[in-house]
Amino acid sequence: MGNGILVLCEHEAGQFKKTAFELLSKARELAAELGGPVHALVLGDAPAAELGAWGAARVYQATGLPFENTGPKVRALQAAVAAAAPAVVLAPASLGAKDAFPRLAARLGLGMASEATDLRVEGGALVARRPMYAGKAFADVRVKSDPALVTVRPNSFPVPAKGEGSAEVVPLAVELQDGDLAAKVVERQAASSNVVDLTEADRIVSGGRALKSKENFDKVIRPLAAVLGATPGASRAAVDAGYAPHSEQVGQTGKVVNPSLYIACGISGAIQHLAGMRTSRIIVAINTDPEAPIFQHATYGIVGDLFEVCPALTEALGSAMK
Amino acid sequence: MKVGVCLKQVPATDSRIQVKDPAAGVDTSDVKWEINPYDEFALEEALKLKDDKKASEVVIFTFGDKAAEAKIRDGLARGADRAVRIDDPALQGSDALGIARALAAAAKKEGVDILFCGKQAVDDDQAQVPAMVAELLGWPQVLAVDHIDYGDGSLRARRPAGGGATEVVEAPLPVVISCDKGLNEPRYASLRGIMMAKKKKIAVLGVGDLGLDPSQVGAAAAMVAESNWSEPPPRPPGRILEGDTPQVVAELVRLLREEAKVI
Repeated sequence: MGNGILVLCEHEAGQFKKTAFELLSKARELAAELGGPVHALVLGDAPAAELGAWGAARVYQATGLPFENTGPKVRALQAAVAAAAPAVVLAPASLGAKDAFPRLAARLGLGMASEATDLRVEGGALVARRPMYAGKAFADVRVKSDPALVTVRPNSFPVPAKGEGSAEVVPLAVELQDGDLAAKVVERQAASSNVVDLTEADRIVSGGRALKSKENFDKVIRPLAAVLGATPGASRAAVDAGYAPHSEQVGQTGKVVNPSLYIACGISGAIQHLAGMRTSRIIVAINTDPEAPIFQHATYGIVGDLFEVCPALTEALGSAMK
Repeated sequence: MKVGVCLKQVPATDSRIQVKDPAAGVDTSDVKWEINPYDEFALEEALKLKDDKKASEVVIFTFGDKAAEAKIRDGLARGADRAVRIDDPALQGSDALGIARALAAAAKKEGVDILFCGKQAVDDDQAQVPAMVAELLGWPQVLAVDHIDYGDGSLRARRPAGGGATEVVEAPLPVVISCDKGLNEPRYASLRGIMMAKKKKIAVLGVGDLGLDPSQVGAAAAMVAESNWSEPPPRPPGRILEGDTPQVVAELVRLLREEAKVI
Protein backbone atom coordinates (compact mmCIF):
# COMPACT_ATOMS: atom_id res chain seq x y z
CA MET A 1 0.00 0.00 0.00
CA GLY A 2 1.14 3.49 -0.85
CA ASN A 3 1.67 6.00 1.88
CA GLY A 4 1.15 9.76 1.96
CA ILE A 5 0.30 12.29 -0.72
CA LEU A 6 2.28 13.39 -3.76
CA VAL A 7 1.35 16.81 -5.16
CA LEU A 8 2.20 17.97 -8.69
CA CYS A 9 3.29 21.59 -8.14
CA GLU A 10 3.12 23.61 -11.33
CA HIS A 11 5.10 26.72 -12.07
CA GLU A 12 5.35 29.25 -14.83
CA ALA A 13 8.96 30.06 -15.69
CA GLY A 14 10.11 29.18 -12.18
CA GLN A 15 7.30 30.95 -10.34
CA PHE A 16 5.00 28.52 -8.54
CA LYS A 17 1.33 28.80 -9.36
CA LYS A 18 -1.23 29.50 -6.68
CA THR A 19 -2.58 25.97 -7.18
CA ALA A 20 0.71 24.56 -5.85
CA PHE A 21 0.15 26.28 -2.49
CA GLU A 22 -3.57 25.46 -2.43
CA LEU A 23 -2.91 21.78 -2.96
CA LEU A 24 0.09 21.46 -0.65
CA SER A 25 -1.76 23.09 2.24
CA LYS A 26 -4.80 20.89 1.68
CA ALA A 27 -2.56 17.83 1.37
CA ARG A 28 -0.97 18.61 4.72
CA GLU A 29 -4.41 18.76 6.32
CA LEU A 30 -5.49 15.48 4.67
CA ALA A 31 -2.22 13.72 5.52
CA ALA A 32 -2.78 14.48 9.21
CA GLU A 33 -5.76 12.10 8.98
CA LEU A 34 -4.60 9.73 6.25
CA GLY A 35 -1.11 9.35 7.64
CA GLY A 36 2.11 9.51 5.70
CA PRO A 37 4.17 12.37 4.36
CA VAL A 38 3.38 15.15 1.87
CA HIS A 39 5.74 15.11 -1.08
CA ALA A 40 5.84 17.39 -4.09
CA LEU A 41 6.80 16.85 -7.71
CA VAL A 42 8.31 19.71 -9.69
CA LEU A 43 9.03 19.45 -13.40
CA GLY A 44 11.71 21.80 -14.67
CA ASP A 45 13.65 24.61 -13.03
CA ALA A 46 11.94 26.20 -10.06
CA PRO A 47 12.99 26.92 -6.46
CA ALA A 48 11.76 23.54 -5.19
CA ALA A 49 13.07 23.84 -1.61
CA GLU A 50 10.68 26.78 -1.06
CA LEU A 51 7.76 24.37 -1.13
CA GLY A 52 8.77 23.31 2.39
CA ALA A 53 7.18 26.54 3.61
CA TRP A 54 3.85 25.29 2.24
CA GLY A 55 3.97 21.82 3.72
CA ALA A 56 6.10 19.63 1.45
CA ALA A 57 8.57 17.47 3.36
CA ARG A 58 10.38 16.38 0.22
CA VAL A 59 10.33 17.57 -3.37
CA TYR A 60 11.12 15.28 -6.29
CA GLN A 61 12.46 17.48 -9.04
CA ALA A 62 13.03 16.40 -12.62
CA THR A 63 14.97 18.74 -14.90
CA GLY A 64 16.51 18.83 -18.34
CA LEU A 65 13.61 17.46 -20.35
CA PRO A 66 11.03 19.26 -22.52
CA PHE A 67 8.19 19.03 -20.02
CA GLU A 68 5.91 21.21 -22.12
CA ASN A 69 5.21 17.94 -23.97
CA THR A 70 2.84 15.31 -22.64
CA GLY A 71 5.14 12.30 -23.10
CA PRO A 72 7.93 13.48 -20.77
CA LYS A 73 5.35 14.71 -18.26
CA VAL A 74 3.72 11.27 -18.00
CA ARG A 75 7.13 9.59 -17.81
CA ALA A 76 8.13 11.91 -14.91
CA LEU A 77 4.87 11.27 -13.07
CA GLN A 78 5.44 7.56 -13.47
CA ALA A 79 8.97 7.87 -12.03
CA ALA A 80 7.72 10.01 -9.13
CA VAL A 81 4.97 7.53 -8.28
CA ALA A 82 7.58 4.76 -8.23
CA ALA A 83 9.95 6.82 -6.04
CA ALA A 84 7.44 8.26 -3.57
CA ALA A 85 4.96 5.33 -3.51
CA PRO A 86 2.10 7.60 -2.44
CA ALA A 87 -1.47 6.58 -1.62
CA VAL A 88 -2.80 9.67 -3.41
CA VAL A 89 -1.47 11.83 -6.23
CA LEU A 90 -2.96 15.33 -6.49
CA ALA A 91 -2.65 17.79 -9.35
CA PRO A 92 -4.43 20.98 -10.35
CA ALA A 93 -7.03 20.49 -13.09
CA SER A 94 -4.72 22.33 -15.49
CA LEU A 95 -4.11 21.78 -19.17
CA GLY A 96 -0.95 19.83 -18.41
CA ALA A 97 -2.51 17.56 -15.80
CA LYS A 98 -5.53 16.93 -18.03
CA ASP A 99 -3.06 15.75 -20.70
CA ALA A 100 -0.96 13.61 -18.42
CA PHE A 101 -3.11 12.15 -15.64
CA PRO A 102 -5.44 9.99 -17.76
CA ARG A 103 -2.42 8.60 -19.62
CA LEU A 104 -0.75 7.80 -16.31
CA ALA A 105 -3.97 6.14 -15.13
CA ALA A 106 -4.16 4.00 -18.28
CA ARG A 107 -0.47 3.11 -18.14
CA LEU A 108 -0.49 2.00 -14.51
CA GLY A 109 -4.09 0.74 -14.42
CA LEU A 110 -5.23 3.37 -11.90
CA GLY A 111 -8.50 5.11 -11.15
CA MET A 112 -8.86 8.85 -11.42
CA ALA A 113 -11.25 11.57 -10.29
CA SER A 114 -11.27 14.79 -12.32
CA GLU A 115 -11.81 18.35 -11.15
CA ALA A 116 -12.67 17.77 -7.52
CA THR A 117 -13.86 20.87 -5.67
CA ASP A 118 -13.51 19.40 -2.20
CA LEU A 119 -11.46 16.65 -0.56
CA ARG A 120 -11.93 14.93 2.76
CA VAL A 121 -10.93 11.76 4.57
CA GLU A 122 -13.59 9.24 5.52
CA GLY A 123 -12.96 5.81 6.98
CA GLY A 124 -9.24 6.21 6.38
CA ALA A 125 -9.69 6.89 2.65
CA LEU A 126 -9.78 9.96 0.49
CA VAL A 127 -13.18 11.13 -0.77
CA ALA A 128 -13.32 13.66 -3.59
CA ARG A 129 -16.45 15.74 -4.01
CA ARG A 130 -16.88 16.77 -7.62
CA PRO A 131 -19.39 18.56 -9.81
CA MET A 132 -20.86 16.84 -12.83
CA TYR A 133 -23.19 18.13 -15.53
CA ALA A 134 -21.19 21.35 -15.24
CA GLY A 135 -22.22 21.77 -11.64
CA LYS A 136 -25.89 20.81 -11.95
CA ALA A 137 -25.12 17.77 -9.77
CA PHE A 138 -22.43 16.73 -7.30
CA ALA A 139 -21.21 13.35 -6.10
CA ASP A 140 -18.61 11.85 -3.79
CA VAL A 141 -15.97 9.88 -5.65
CA ARG A 142 -13.84 7.19 -4.08
CA VAL A 143 -10.88 5.93 -6.04
CA LYS A 144 -9.89 2.41 -5.04
CA SER A 145 -6.58 2.15 -6.86
CA ASP A 146 -3.20 2.49 -5.20
CA PRO A 147 -2.35 5.27 -5.71
CA ALA A 148 -5.55 7.19 -6.40
CA LEU A 149 -5.24 10.01 -8.95
CA VAL A 150 -7.21 13.20 -8.34
CA THR A 151 -7.18 16.54 -10.12
CA VAL A 152 -8.54 19.55 -8.25
CA ARG A 153 -10.19 22.64 -9.67
CA PRO A 154 -8.21 25.84 -9.03
CA ASN A 155 -9.46 28.13 -6.23
CA SER A 156 -11.08 25.21 -4.40
CA PHE A 157 -8.99 25.76 -1.27
CA PRO A 158 -7.67 28.87 0.45
CA VAL A 159 -3.98 29.66 0.38
CA PRO A 160 -2.71 30.09 3.95
CA ALA A 161 0.13 32.43 4.81
CA LYS A 162 3.56 31.14 3.91
CA GLY A 163 5.03 29.07 6.74
CA GLU A 164 8.59 28.24 7.68
CA GLY A 165 10.99 25.62 6.56
CA SER A 166 12.62 24.28 3.50
CA ALA A 167 12.00 20.96 1.78
CA GLU A 168 14.52 18.28 1.01
CA VAL A 169 15.01 18.30 -2.77
CA VAL A 170 15.59 14.93 -4.41
CA PRO A 171 16.58 14.91 -8.09
CA LEU A 172 14.31 12.58 -10.04
CA ALA A 173 15.82 10.60 -12.90
CA VAL A 174 13.44 10.34 -15.84
CA GLU A 175 14.27 8.25 -18.87
CA LEU A 176 12.31 8.90 -22.00
CA GLN A 177 11.21 6.02 -24.15
CA ASP A 178 10.37 5.65 -27.82
CA GLY A 179 7.31 7.64 -28.73
CA ASP A 180 7.41 9.95 -25.71
CA LEU A 181 8.14 12.86 -28.03
CA ALA A 182 5.97 11.72 -30.94
CA ALA A 183 3.65 14.66 -30.23
CA LYS A 184 5.65 17.85 -29.77
CA VAL A 185 4.78 21.46 -29.10
CA VAL A 186 6.20 23.29 -32.12
CA GLU A 187 4.79 26.74 -31.60
CA ARG A 188 3.59 28.86 -28.73
CA GLN A 189 1.68 32.10 -28.99
CA ALA A 190 1.68 34.15 -25.81
CA ALA A 191 -1.53 35.81 -24.73
CA SER A 192 -2.00 39.35 -25.98
CA SER A 193 -2.67 40.46 -22.41
CA ASN A 194 -1.35 38.96 -19.20
CA VAL A 195 -4.69 38.24 -17.56
CA VAL A 196 -5.15 35.07 -15.53
CA ASP A 197 -6.98 32.26 -17.34
CA LEU A 198 -10.73 32.10 -16.62
CA THR A 199 -10.45 28.69 -14.97
CA GLU A 200 -7.91 30.04 -12.47
CA ALA A 201 -9.26 33.58 -12.14
CA ASP A 202 -10.22 34.87 -8.72
CA ARG A 203 -12.32 37.70 -10.22
CA ILE A 204 -14.35 37.61 -13.42
CA VAL A 205 -16.46 40.24 -15.19
CA SER A 206 -18.74 38.69 -17.82
CA GLY A 207 -20.91 40.25 -20.49
CA GLY A 208 -23.93 38.85 -22.27
CA ARG A 209 -26.14 39.40 -25.25
CA ALA A 210 -27.30 42.79 -23.90
CA LEU A 211 -23.92 44.27 -24.87
CA LYS A 212 -25.24 44.27 -28.46
CA SER A 213 -21.81 44.55 -30.16
CA LYS A 214 -18.13 43.74 -29.87
CA GLU A 215 -17.38 47.47 -29.63
CA ASN A 216 -19.67 47.78 -26.61
CA PHE A 217 -18.17 44.67 -25.05
CA ASP A 218 -14.69 46.15 -25.41
CA LYS A 219 -15.84 49.57 -24.17
CA VAL A 220 -17.92 48.43 -21.17
CA ILE A 221 -16.82 44.97 -19.96
CA ARG A 222 -13.05 45.05 -20.49
CA PRO A 223 -12.41 48.34 -18.61
CA LEU A 224 -14.49 47.12 -15.66
CA ALA A 225 -12.51 43.87 -15.66
CA ALA A 226 -9.24 45.78 -15.93
CA VAL A 227 -9.94 48.04 -12.96
CA LEU A 228 -10.63 44.95 -10.82
CA GLY A 229 -7.69 42.96 -12.16
CA ALA A 230 -10.36 40.52 -13.31
CA THR A 231 -10.50 38.21 -16.31
CA PRO A 232 -13.21 39.05 -18.86
CA GLY A 233 -15.78 36.37 -19.60
CA ALA A 234 -18.83 36.07 -21.82
CA SER A 235 -22.08 34.16 -22.16
CA ARG A 236 -22.62 31.72 -25.01
CA ALA A 237 -25.00 34.20 -26.64
CA ALA A 238 -22.31 36.91 -26.61
CA VAL A 239 -19.69 34.52 -28.02
CA ASP A 240 -22.00 33.18 -30.72
CA ALA A 241 -22.80 36.76 -31.72
CA GLY A 242 -19.08 37.48 -32.03
CA TYR A 243 -18.77 39.98 -29.17
CA ALA A 244 -16.02 37.92 -27.49
CA PRO A 245 -13.80 34.95 -28.49
CA HIS A 246 -14.60 31.30 -27.64
CA SER A 247 -11.76 31.27 -25.14
CA GLU A 248 -13.77 33.68 -22.98
CA GLN A 249 -17.01 31.69 -22.90
CA VAL A 250 -18.27 30.70 -19.45
CA GLY A 251 -20.78 27.86 -19.21
CA GLN A 252 -21.41 24.23 -19.93
CA THR A 253 -19.83 24.39 -23.40
CA GLY A 254 -17.23 26.92 -22.32
CA LYS A 255 -15.12 27.29 -19.22
CA VAL A 256 -16.32 26.25 -15.80
CA VAL A 257 -15.11 28.89 -13.37
CA ASN A 258 -14.73 29.16 -9.64
CA PRO A 259 -13.80 32.76 -8.68
CA SER A 260 -14.35 34.69 -5.45
CA LEU A 261 -16.16 37.41 -7.38
CA TYR A 262 -18.24 37.01 -10.53
CA ILE A 263 -19.92 40.06 -12.03
CA ALA A 264 -22.55 39.20 -14.68
CA CYS A 265 -23.50 42.15 -16.87
CA GLY A 266 -26.47 41.82 -19.19
CA ILE A 267 -26.58 38.04 -18.72
CA SER A 268 -30.04 36.57 -18.18
CA GLY A 269 -28.72 33.40 -16.55
CA ALA A 270 -29.55 30.55 -18.93
CA ILE A 271 -29.21 27.18 -17.23
CA GLN A 272 -26.07 26.31 -19.18
CA HIS A 273 -24.40 29.59 -18.16
CA LEU A 274 -25.35 29.18 -14.50
CA ALA A 275 -23.82 25.72 -14.65
CA GLY A 276 -20.44 27.24 -15.46
CA MET A 277 -20.31 29.84 -12.69
CA ARG A 278 -22.66 28.90 -9.89
CA THR A 279 -19.86 27.92 -7.50
CA SER A 280 -18.53 31.51 -7.57
CA ARG A 281 -18.38 32.78 -3.99
CA ILE A 282 -19.94 36.21 -4.62
CA ILE A 283 -22.12 36.79 -7.67
CA VAL A 284 -23.14 40.29 -8.75
CA ALA A 285 -25.87 40.58 -11.41
CA ILE A 286 -26.58 43.70 -13.42
CA ASN A 287 -29.60 43.37 -15.69
CA THR A 288 -32.55 45.47 -16.84
CA ASP A 289 -35.00 42.58 -16.42
CA PRO A 290 -35.91 42.08 -12.74
CA GLU A 291 -37.29 38.62 -13.66
CA ALA A 292 -33.97 37.39 -15.14
CA PRO A 293 -33.02 34.01 -13.57
CA ILE A 294 -29.53 35.33 -12.78
CA PHE A 295 -31.01 37.36 -9.90
CA GLN A 296 -32.03 34.16 -8.11
CA HIS A 297 -28.36 33.24 -7.87
CA ALA A 298 -26.88 36.67 -7.25
CA THR A 299 -25.47 37.73 -3.92
CA TYR A 300 -26.05 41.34 -4.94
CA GLY A 301 -28.32 42.43 -7.77
CA ILE A 302 -28.73 45.72 -9.55
CA VAL A 303 -31.79 46.11 -11.76
CA GLY A 304 -30.60 48.66 -14.26
CA ASP A 305 -29.08 49.42 -17.61
CA LEU A 306 -25.57 48.02 -17.82
CA PHE A 307 -24.54 50.89 -20.11
CA GLU A 308 -25.19 53.20 -17.19
CA VAL A 309 -24.25 50.99 -14.24
CA CYS A 310 -21.01 49.46 -15.54
CA PRO A 311 -19.19 52.70 -16.40
CA ALA A 312 -20.26 54.17 -13.05
CA LEU A 313 -19.03 51.03 -11.30
CA THR A 314 -15.74 51.16 -13.23
CA GLU A 315 -15.23 54.71 -12.06
CA ALA A 316 -16.22 54.03 -8.45
CA LEU A 317 -13.97 50.98 -8.25
CA GLY A 318 -11.18 52.93 -9.90
CA SER A 319 -11.08 55.34 -7.00
CA ALA A 320 -11.97 52.77 -4.33
CA MET A 321 -9.11 50.44 -5.28
CA LYS A 322 -6.37 53.04 -5.37
CA MET B 1 -7.26 7.09 -44.60
CA LYS B 2 -9.93 5.87 -42.26
CA VAL B 3 -11.12 8.06 -39.41
CA GLY B 4 -13.06 7.20 -36.29
CA VAL B 5 -15.32 9.39 -34.20
CA CYS B 6 -16.35 8.66 -30.62
CA LEU B 7 -19.94 9.73 -30.01
CA LYS B 8 -21.73 9.79 -26.68
CA GLN B 9 -25.27 10.82 -26.03
CA VAL B 10 -25.79 13.12 -23.08
CA PRO B 11 -28.65 15.13 -21.57
CA ALA B 12 -29.18 18.35 -23.57
CA THR B 13 -27.32 21.29 -22.04
CA ASP B 14 -30.61 23.09 -21.37
CA SER B 15 -31.91 20.11 -19.35
CA ARG B 16 -32.66 20.48 -15.70
CA ILE B 17 -30.69 17.80 -13.90
CA GLN B 18 -32.44 16.23 -10.92
CA VAL B 19 -31.19 13.95 -8.21
CA LYS B 20 -34.09 12.10 -6.63
CA ASP B 21 -32.13 9.42 -4.81
CA PRO B 22 -28.62 10.23 -3.52
CA ALA B 23 -27.54 6.63 -4.12
CA ALA B 24 -28.96 6.34 -7.63
CA GLY B 25 -27.35 9.34 -9.28
CA VAL B 26 -29.00 11.64 -11.75
CA ASP B 27 -32.61 10.96 -12.69
CA THR B 28 -32.54 10.86 -16.48
CA SER B 29 -36.11 9.64 -17.04
CA ASP B 30 -37.23 13.08 -18.12
CA VAL B 31 -34.26 14.52 -20.02
CA LYS B 32 -33.92 15.21 -23.71
CA TRP B 33 -30.85 13.53 -25.19
CA GLU B 34 -28.45 15.01 -27.68
CA ILE B 35 -25.05 14.21 -29.12
CA ASN B 36 -22.43 15.49 -26.67
CA PRO B 37 -21.76 19.04 -28.00
CA TYR B 38 -17.98 18.51 -28.20
CA ASP B 39 -18.48 15.23 -30.08
CA GLU B 40 -20.33 17.21 -32.74
CA PHE B 41 -17.09 19.07 -33.48
CA ALA B 42 -15.30 15.71 -33.65
CA LEU B 43 -17.85 14.34 -36.12
CA GLU B 44 -17.76 17.49 -38.24
CA GLU B 45 -13.98 17.39 -38.45
CA ALA B 46 -14.11 13.79 -39.66
CA LEU B 47 -16.82 14.60 -42.22
CA LYS B 48 -14.80 17.55 -43.54
CA LEU B 49 -11.88 15.18 -44.15
CA LYS B 50 -14.22 13.00 -46.15
CA ASP B 51 -15.58 15.99 -48.10
CA ASP B 52 -11.98 16.93 -48.93
CA LYS B 53 -11.29 13.34 -50.08
CA LYS B 54 -8.61 12.97 -47.41
CA ALA B 55 -10.62 10.29 -45.60
CA SER B 56 -12.15 7.30 -47.34
CA GLU B 57 -14.40 6.25 -44.51
CA VAL B 58 -15.82 7.71 -41.30
CA VAL B 59 -16.76 5.22 -38.57
CA ILE B 60 -18.68 6.16 -35.43
CA PHE B 61 -17.84 4.43 -32.14
CA THR B 62 -20.34 4.52 -29.32
CA PHE B 63 -20.21 2.79 -25.97
CA GLY B 64 -23.84 2.31 -25.00
CA ASP B 65 -27.05 0.35 -25.13
CA LYS B 66 -29.69 0.20 -27.85
CA ALA B 67 -31.11 3.57 -26.76
CA ALA B 68 -27.92 5.23 -28.02
CA GLU B 69 -28.79 4.26 -31.60
CA ALA B 70 -31.02 7.29 -32.19
CA LYS B 71 -28.03 9.61 -31.85
CA ILE B 72 -25.80 7.25 -33.82
CA ARG B 73 -28.38 7.49 -36.65
CA ASP B 74 -28.15 11.26 -36.39
CA GLY B 75 -24.38 10.98 -36.91
CA LEU B 76 -24.87 8.63 -39.85
CA ALA B 77 -27.43 11.04 -41.32
CA ARG B 78 -24.86 13.82 -41.20
CA GLY B 79 -22.56 11.70 -43.34
CA ALA B 80 -20.69 9.05 -41.36
CA ASP B 81 -20.47 5.73 -43.25
CA ARG B 82 -21.19 3.24 -40.52
CA ALA B 83 -21.06 2.73 -36.80
CA VAL B 84 -19.80 0.38 -34.14
CA ARG B 85 -21.84 0.21 -30.98
CA ILE B 86 -20.08 -1.44 -28.06
CA ASP B 87 -22.53 -3.22 -25.82
CA ASP B 88 -22.13 -6.23 -23.59
CA PRO B 89 -23.51 -7.13 -20.14
CA ALA B 90 -19.89 -7.70 -19.10
CA LEU B 91 -19.21 -3.98 -19.68
CA GLN B 92 -21.92 -2.78 -17.30
CA GLY B 93 -20.54 -0.56 -14.58
CA SER B 94 -17.23 0.16 -16.33
CA ASP B 95 -15.33 3.23 -15.16
CA ALA B 96 -13.55 5.57 -17.57
CA LEU B 97 -10.61 3.20 -17.97
CA GLY B 98 -12.92 0.26 -18.74
CA ILE B 99 -14.72 2.32 -21.39
CA ALA B 100 -11.38 3.47 -22.79
CA ARG B 101 -10.23 -0.16 -23.05
CA ALA B 102 -13.32 -1.03 -25.08
CA LEU B 103 -13.03 2.01 -27.36
CA ALA B 104 -9.30 1.45 -27.88
CA ALA B 105 -9.92 -2.17 -28.86
CA ALA B 106 -12.61 -1.10 -31.33
CA ALA B 107 -10.44 1.63 -32.87
CA LYS B 108 -7.62 -0.88 -33.24
CA LYS B 109 -9.85 -3.51 -34.79
CA GLU B 110 -11.11 -0.97 -37.33
CA GLY B 111 -7.60 0.31 -38.01
CA VAL B 112 -8.44 4.00 -37.95
CA ASP B 113 -5.69 6.57 -38.59
CA ILE B 114 -7.24 9.40 -36.61
CA LEU B 115 -9.67 8.99 -33.74
CA PHE B 116 -11.62 12.17 -33.08
CA CYS B 117 -13.29 12.64 -29.69
CA GLY B 118 -14.97 15.53 -27.93
CA LYS B 119 -12.89 17.47 -25.41
CA GLN B 120 -15.11 16.07 -22.67
CA ALA B 121 -18.60 14.69 -22.26
CA VAL B 122 -20.81 17.31 -20.66
CA ASP B 123 -22.47 14.76 -18.36
CA ASP B 124 -19.69 13.36 -16.17
CA ASP B 125 -17.20 16.10 -17.23
CA GLN B 126 -14.19 13.88 -16.59
CA ALA B 127 -12.23 14.45 -19.81
CA GLN B 128 -10.32 11.21 -19.24
CA VAL B 129 -11.30 8.79 -22.01
CA PRO B 130 -9.52 10.35 -25.04
CA ALA B 131 -6.08 10.40 -23.38
CA MET B 132 -6.65 6.94 -21.89
CA VAL B 133 -7.50 5.54 -25.33
CA ALA B 134 -4.36 7.16 -26.79
CA GLU B 135 -2.19 5.65 -24.05
CA LEU B 136 -3.74 2.18 -24.44
CA LEU B 137 -3.10 2.30 -28.19
CA GLY B 138 0.40 3.71 -27.72
CA TRP B 139 -0.56 6.70 -29.89
CA PRO B 140 0.15 10.38 -29.36
CA GLN B 141 -2.70 12.72 -28.53
CA VAL B 142 -3.57 16.36 -28.92
CA LEU B 143 -6.39 17.43 -26.62
CA ALA B 144 -8.91 20.25 -26.80
CA VAL B 145 -7.87 21.54 -30.22
CA ASP B 146 -9.56 24.38 -32.09
CA HIS B 147 -7.69 24.23 -35.42
CA ILE B 148 -5.99 21.47 -37.41
CA ASP B 149 -3.69 21.56 -40.44
CA TYR B 150 -3.31 18.16 -42.08
CA GLY B 151 0.03 17.07 -43.55
CA ASP B 152 1.22 13.85 -45.10
CA GLY B 153 1.10 11.24 -42.35
CA SER B 154 1.04 13.89 -39.66
CA LEU B 155 -0.93 16.90 -38.48
CA ARG B 156 -0.50 20.15 -36.61
CA ALA B 157 -3.19 21.01 -34.11
CA ARG B 158 -3.63 24.29 -32.26
CA ARG B 159 -5.15 24.51 -28.83
CA PRO B 160 -5.93 27.20 -26.30
CA ALA B 161 -3.26 27.12 -23.58
CA GLY B 162 -4.96 29.32 -21.00
CA GLY B 163 -5.40 33.05 -20.60
CA GLY B 164 -5.61 33.61 -24.36
CA ALA B 165 -2.30 31.84 -25.14
CA THR B 166 -2.22 29.06 -27.73
CA GLU B 167 0.13 26.25 -28.64
CA VAL B 168 0.55 24.18 -31.76
CA VAL B 169 1.35 20.49 -31.40
CA GLU B 170 2.70 18.37 -34.23
CA ALA B 171 1.94 14.66 -34.16
CA PRO B 172 2.31 11.72 -36.53
CA LEU B 173 -0.65 9.47 -37.37
CA PRO B 174 -2.20 7.40 -35.95
CA VAL B 175 -3.31 9.91 -33.35
CA VAL B 176 -6.14 10.70 -30.95
CA ILE B 177 -7.53 14.22 -31.24
CA SER B 178 -10.03 15.73 -28.81
CA CYS B 179 -12.04 18.66 -30.13
CA ASP B 180 -12.96 21.99 -28.56
CA LYS B 181 -15.53 24.56 -29.59
CA GLY B 182 -14.27 26.78 -32.38
CA LEU B 183 -12.77 23.94 -34.44
CA ASN B 184 -15.62 24.03 -36.96
CA GLU B 185 -19.34 24.60 -37.36
CA PRO B 186 -21.18 21.28 -37.12
CA ARG B 187 -23.58 20.61 -40.00
CA TYR B 188 -27.16 19.48 -39.77
CA ALA B 189 -28.37 16.29 -41.39
CA SER B 190 -30.01 16.75 -44.78
CA LEU B 191 -33.28 15.03 -45.64
CA ARG B 192 -31.39 12.83 -48.08
CA GLY B 193 -28.85 12.06 -45.35
CA ILE B 194 -31.62 11.03 -42.98
CA MET B 195 -33.08 8.68 -45.59
CA MET B 196 -29.69 7.18 -46.39
CA ALA B 197 -28.82 6.72 -42.72
CA LYS B 198 -31.64 4.21 -42.35
CA LYS B 199 -29.72 1.78 -44.53
CA LYS B 200 -26.31 2.31 -42.92
CA LYS B 201 -24.93 -0.40 -40.71
CA ILE B 202 -24.53 -0.28 -36.96
CA ALA B 203 -22.44 -3.24 -35.85
CA VAL B 204 -22.81 -4.33 -32.23
CA LEU B 205 -19.61 -5.62 -30.67
CA GLY B 206 -19.11 -7.25 -27.30
CA VAL B 207 -16.18 -8.17 -25.10
CA GLY B 208 -15.41 -11.31 -27.13
CA ASP B 209 -15.51 -9.51 -30.51
CA LEU B 210 -13.08 -6.92 -29.19
CA GLY B 211 -10.72 -9.46 -27.64
CA LEU B 212 -11.08 -7.78 -24.24
CA ASP B 213 -10.12 -9.49 -21.04
CA PRO B 214 -13.43 -9.57 -19.10
CA SER B 215 -11.56 -9.05 -15.83
CA GLN B 216 -10.30 -5.67 -17.13
CA VAL B 217 -13.71 -4.12 -17.78
CA GLY B 218 -17.11 -3.83 -16.14
CA ALA B 219 -18.10 -3.20 -12.55
CA ALA B 220 -15.59 -5.63 -11.04
CA ALA B 221 -12.64 -3.83 -12.64
CA ALA B 222 -13.93 -0.33 -11.89
CA MET B 223 -11.73 1.59 -9.50
CA VAL B 224 -13.84 4.70 -9.32
CA ALA B 225 -17.14 4.69 -7.44
CA GLU B 226 -19.64 7.52 -7.06
CA SER B 227 -22.05 7.98 -4.20
CA ASN B 228 -23.92 10.58 -2.18
CA TRP B 229 -25.29 12.44 -5.20
CA SER B 230 -26.94 15.79 -4.73
CA GLU B 231 -28.09 18.84 -6.56
CA PRO B 232 -25.94 21.89 -5.87
CA PRO B 233 -26.54 23.45 -2.46
CA PRO B 234 -28.96 26.37 -2.81
CA ARG B 235 -27.32 29.76 -2.62
CA PRO B 236 -28.35 31.96 0.27
CA PRO B 237 -30.91 34.51 -0.92
CA GLY B 238 -29.33 37.58 -2.42
CA ARG B 239 -30.13 41.23 -2.17
CA ILE B 240 -31.40 43.65 -4.81
CA LEU B 241 -29.85 47.06 -4.27
CA GLU B 242 -32.31 49.95 -4.46
CA GLY B 243 -31.76 53.56 -5.49
CA ASP B 244 -30.45 55.55 -8.42
CA THR B 245 -27.28 54.54 -10.23
CA PRO B 246 -24.75 56.48 -8.08
CA GLN B 247 -26.40 55.13 -4.91
CA VAL B 248 -26.48 51.48 -5.95
CA VAL B 249 -22.95 51.62 -7.30
CA ALA B 250 -21.62 53.16 -4.08
CA GLU B 251 -23.54 50.59 -2.03
CA LEU B 252 -22.20 47.74 -4.16
CA VAL B 253 -18.61 48.89 -3.73
CA ARG B 254 -19.16 49.15 0.02
CA LEU B 255 -20.69 45.64 0.22
CA LEU B 256 -17.95 44.07 -1.88
CA ARG B 257 -15.37 45.61 0.41
CA GLU B 258 -16.92 45.42 3.87
CA GLU B 259 -19.35 42.51 3.76
CA ALA B 260 -18.06 40.19 1.04
CA LYS B 261 -14.42 41.24 1.47
CA VAL B 262 -13.57 40.43 -2.14
CA ILE B 263 -11.95 43.73 -3.11
